[in-house]
Amino acid sequence: MNFNLNDLAARLHASLAGKIVSLENRLGELTLVVRAADALGVMTYLRDDPGLRFEQMMDLCGVDYSTYGSDLCEGGAYLKSENVQDISSSRFAVVYHLLSVTHNVRVRVRVFAESDELPTLSSVINVWSCANWYEREAFDLYGIMFSGHPDLRRLLTDYGFVGNPFRKDFPLSGHVEMHYDPEQKRVVYRAVSIEPRELVPRIVREESYGGGK
Amino acid sequence: MAEIKNYTMNFGPQHPSAHGVLRLVLELDGEVIERADPHIGLLHRATEKLIEHKTYLQSLPYMDRLDYVSMMCNEHAYVMAIEKLLAIEVPLRAQYIRVMFDEITRVMNHLLWLGAHALDIGAMTVFLYAFREREDLMDVYEAVSGARLHAAYYRPGGVYRDLPDTMPLYQASKIHNAKAIKKMNENREGSLLDFMEDFTNRFPTCVDEYETLLTDNRIWKQRTVGIGVVTPERALALGFSGPMLRGSGIVWDLRKKQPYEVYDRMDFDIPVGVEGDCYDRYLVRVEEMRQSNRIIKQCIAWLRKNPGPVIVDNFKVAPPKRESMKQNMEELIHHFKLFTEGMHVPSGEAYAAVEHPKGEFGIYIVSDGANKPYRLKIRAPGFAHIAALDEMARGHMIADVVAIIGTQDIVFGEVDR
Repeated sequence: MNFNLNDLAARLHASLAGKIVSLENRLGELTLVVRAADALGVMTYLRDDPGLRFEQMMDLCGVDYSTYGSDLCEGGAYLKSENVQDISSSRFAVVYHLLSVTHNVRVRVRVFAESDELPTLSSVINVWSCANWYEREAFDLYGIMFSGHPDLRRLLTDYGFVGNPFRKDFPLSGHVEMHYDPEQKRVVYRAVSIEPRELVPRIVREESYGGGK
Repeated sequence: MAEIKNYTMNFGPQHPSAHGVLRLVLELDGEVIERADPHIGLLHRATEKLIEHKTYLQSLPYMDRLDYVSMMCNEHAYVMAIEKLLAIEVPLRAQYIRVMFDEITRVMNHLLWLGAHALDIGAMTVFLYAFREREDLMDVYEAVSGARLHAAYYRPGGVYRDLPDTMPLYQASKIHNAKAIKKMNENREGSLLDFMEDFTNRFPTCVDEYETLLTDNRIWKQRTVGIGVVTPERALALGFSGPMLRGSGIVWDLRKKQPYEVYDRMDFDIPVGVEGDCYDRYLVRVEEMRQSNRIIKQCIAWLRKNPGPVIVDNFKVAPPKRESMKQNMEELIHHFKLFTEGMHVPSGEAYAAVEHPKGEFGIYIVSDGANKPYRLKIRAPGFAHIAALDEMARGHMIADVVAIIGTQDIVFGEVDR
């Protein structure tokens, strides 16, 4: 990379002073957190500033932080581990991965949605055209609304699907299954017949446990 | 004068040139496309959600099933993201093996793309030619991993095992007598590297054959030149990557620009298009096959001279050797813990991207220190490409939509995830 991440961080600190919630350089990746209200302005700036030129948005994804750092115990209830700090008080976030082809550098932008009940962010479709489908996907899977999106429809799930399947409180086996009904002579939905099960329990260990330390 | 009507037409999901399960709703003015609305998700398996409920090692085979024509490249991005979070260094031999198999995979992917694309727009023979060579590469996959498609060969920290000394041989049958079998097995007597070397020597001639069939072919040119033109500015804004971006004239390849593994030691060139149409993208991909062939040759030469470990000896990540596991309590415990509870990845987040045959394939992992990923996002190149189908197809005829789907190299395993 011909761009030093520390220089880039300093540049962002200087130009976006009041808008940065946090800016972290970790594992050779820069993560910028901004408030939802500032997001659109910051994105436009990141794309247009001649010293930054993040002209490509490689990825946009929703994240549900509601059970971050907790073990799933057998009853299905979540227990919060003491070792892990909360990332934020908000439940939903959208993570953008930006790439500058001009300067050969990447940056990650995370925006938390303020409301947990009706998470809403402004659409970046006018900044990067490819945001169209990525935002539809996040809307479909997480129920995150994007204001200003011209065509916010479901994308990946079935026609007439109910719920947001990637939310942490949506069971892995879903709520409905399909089967062929010989009387009606068509495929119909019914409630799932399989029991949810956990093959390997989810366990959070202290930081020093894993490899590479 | 006849009255011209507007039609709304349904294309797919069972159409042979819809490359799997694409449903396209086309709004037509006569035979000209006014709007194309792709309906995807018919192959949606919620891979990302499934991975949140599996340990890191258990999720690896899911990667093969994303883009099921370039399996090992998907695995590569996944293991790279885990290695980044774990901060482990992969042995050099494993890096060379990975680069070699990434390039084998690229050739396999482009061969399938070339055959299918040509078949879609009316050239039958290329498909048969391309699959002849693809079969050899499938055999290499089988020799190294035991599976022709879903290899599950890469592991966090290296690769599953070293390259084998033998290749699978053809057996005598009703159709082939002993003499014919002997001839078919001629280049399979040696090790996998011998077989690959033989392949790299004859492959450039095979590419010449495909080019003889297509490059100057009048019908091929009529169907591809000037079709689906994307300007460099739009290609960037639409999130294109890989040959789709290079076909529009932007010099961008992660293997050169952000080299991972040992790509910085390799000598190869990046082909770039000029016009940004289907024909340029065809030329770019054909040249990529030749360049991949060069990289494979360099890897073979290095791998012959440099034996060594192919996976890290950190037992928190990679299993201990079978013999030591049978003799030592500690190794036995490590083995048991690794395959039951799985490895723990330090909390944090990482995005790792590889130059996949179709573009930039990235894996974004959010870990909270558990034995399973908290969130895993797959950045599939085809997703951004198919999203741009509407823009690329507007103003073209129905038959050109098929050419545009072909040139995008869509595979629904990765688009729908």
